[in-house]
Amino acid sequence: MAADVTVISAPQAPPHPLAVFWHDLARNRGALLGLAVVVLIALLAIFADVVAPHAPAEQFRAHVLQPPAWVEGGSWAFPLGTDEVGRDILSRLIYGARYSLFIGISVVAVALVLGISLGFAAAFVGGLVDVMIERLMDLIMSVPSLVLAIVIVAIIGPSLTNTIIAVTIVYLPRYVRIVRAAALSEKAKDYVTAAKTVGVGRWRLMFVTVLPNCVAPIIVQATLGVSDAILEAAALGFLGLGAQPPTPEWGTMLAAAREFLQRAPWVVTWPGLAILVTVVSINLFGDGLRDALDPRLKRS
Amino acid sequence: MLTYIGRRLALTIPTIFALMFLTFLAVRLVPGDPVEVRTGERGISPERLAQFRHELGLDQPVWKQFADYVSGLAQGDFGISLVTKEPVLKEFLTLFPATLELAFFATVFAVTFGIPFGVVAALRRGGILDHGLMGVALFGYSMPIFWWGLLLILFFSVQLDLTPVSGRIDLLYYFEPVTGFMTIDALISGQEGAFASALSHLVLPAVVLGTIPLAAIARMTRSSMLEVLEEDYVRTARAKGLPPLRVIGLHALRNAMIPVVTVIGLQGGTLLAGAVLTETIFAWPGVGKWLIESIFRRDYPALQGGVLLISSILVLVNLGVDIVNGVINPRVRHGR
Repeated sequence: MAADVTVISAPQAPPHPLAVFWHDLARNRGALLGLAVVVLIALLAIFADVVAPHAPAEQFRAHVLQPPAWVEGGSWAFPLGTDEVGRDILSRLIYGARYSLFIGISVVAVALVLGISLGFAAAFVGGLVDVMIERLMDLIMSVPSLVLAIVIVAIIGPSLTNTIIAVTIVYLPRYVRIVRAAALSEKAKDYVTAAKTVGVGRWRLMFVTVLPNCVAPIIVQATLGVSDAILEAAALGFLGLGAQPPTPEWGTMLAAAREFLQRAPWVVTWPGLAILVTVVSINLFGDGLRDALDPRLKRS
Repeated sequence: MLTYIGRRLALTIPTIFALMFLTFLAVRLVPGDPVEVRTGERGISPERLAQFRHELGLDQPVWKQFADYVSGLAQGDFGISLVTKEPVLKEFLTLFPATLELAFFATVFAVTFGIPFGVVAALRRGGILDHGLMGVALFGYSMPIFWWGLLLILFFSVQLDLTPVSGRIDLLYYFEPVTGFMTIDALISGQEGAFASALSHLVLPAVVLGTIPLAAIARMTRSSMLEVLEEDYVRTARAKGLPPLRVIGLHALRNAMIPVVTVIGLQGGTLLAGAVLTETIFAWPGVGKWLIESIFRRDYPALQGGVLLISSILVLVNLGVDIVNGVINPRVRHGR
């Protein structure tokens, strides 16, 4: 009898939401692979001083435009070859990861803060404030992304910081819209009405009651936003309007390498490959996150 | 329906007006004194400075300057390029057909491959083909297209010597532009080989510019197709014993295309932004390359007019997409 009682009185506790999330994510091998590569790139960036064989700006004048190690004329001292002034490409790529990741994360961080503030203002204050914010976002989105970015850079000047500012402005509408939409749909739910009824203040209502329930779409947008920001910043660098040489930013490296396309194709190949691998990995992980966090959006 | 169109139009007009204000403001925020930039003189005498400021209307109050700017725009006056001394509108209209032609062929490329990719992936859901095609789409979506362009040049132009590296047509051919579309003009000219030359110049730039739209279209087609294939009417069609091709092509695909058509329309922004990079790489004489050159030449009137024109075109394209969407999909029309 006693055994029966224990069976009945021990209903299985529901698994922790984080455990469910991890279970869903871990089933997606692509997402895990993406995460692993992103972590690897981040580690390389953090420990660049230890990992990179040479300093990013060190010039080996005797080894100008040396091909990769496995090609005739290459050497393992410069595994991926050297550029037009004899700098080690592998070292520059490793240090360059710092810039790309820094740009991606800074853009998303600033855009998140602004996006949540403006999105919440639009959703909770409503009325004229909502209309003004929406129209402003419409305006930003009416200019093609890269065109707007180059105009902003033309005004404030090309540099790494200004790249971050320009890319943040360009991508801000996405964050504002997602936060506004999520806040509006949560606001209409019973638990928010209940919280209001018991006299919860406006700030507490926004940031303690509603915000945690808007987190899923915001996290997905933030993850995919990192890759968008990296691509956009690299495009600006490529056009000569982003980080300036000799900064080993990947897009800037490509711009300098263009004229050696025929003579030394490896100088062009590696920085682009670094951008592609980083962006693909982040997107793989972001797609997996979306599927795990929001079953309604599941693509397959 | 008319109310819907009216409402969308009412949202568009303030946006275009705000764009005018934004471009007006942007040029005034650019570092450097406009008179100095325009005249190229330093240490200019106060009298001459005052005279120039008066000629440029800079001694007027800002609201008056803006009103003059808007009334100029209404009369087609987008300013005069500092470099070529030509009206900005005229330059833009000369170059825009090149961009439009490139964008058209890029879209053709993206649709031709994107839709079949998406359909096949949906039909083979979870299989190797699905994973393979969606892997391709993921790479396309993540592609730094400026690098992609360089790689294609390296392979097809440098290694295989199959395609030209830059420009719109071989220097062997010359004819007066009629439409501004090189392929059409080449056909009109009747010169042997001109059309083939124009087309071969288009291949690589169109592939590069079409890569991201291709990926977006393939992903959308797949997810839309998957949704439609689960619908009751598709099951009914199958149960009736209709041949699979008829079920997929007629019953499923037609309905699955509604969101895909929207996605194709919304690629306008991607194409215009991508044109800046693609045209720069392939020395394609369109508005994207012109815009970048204007920045480096500090040709601010050209930049101002160009950005306003490009953005207005994008706003109108998106308006068109919304209206078409409202026509083919009643849920959109009544949803708002």
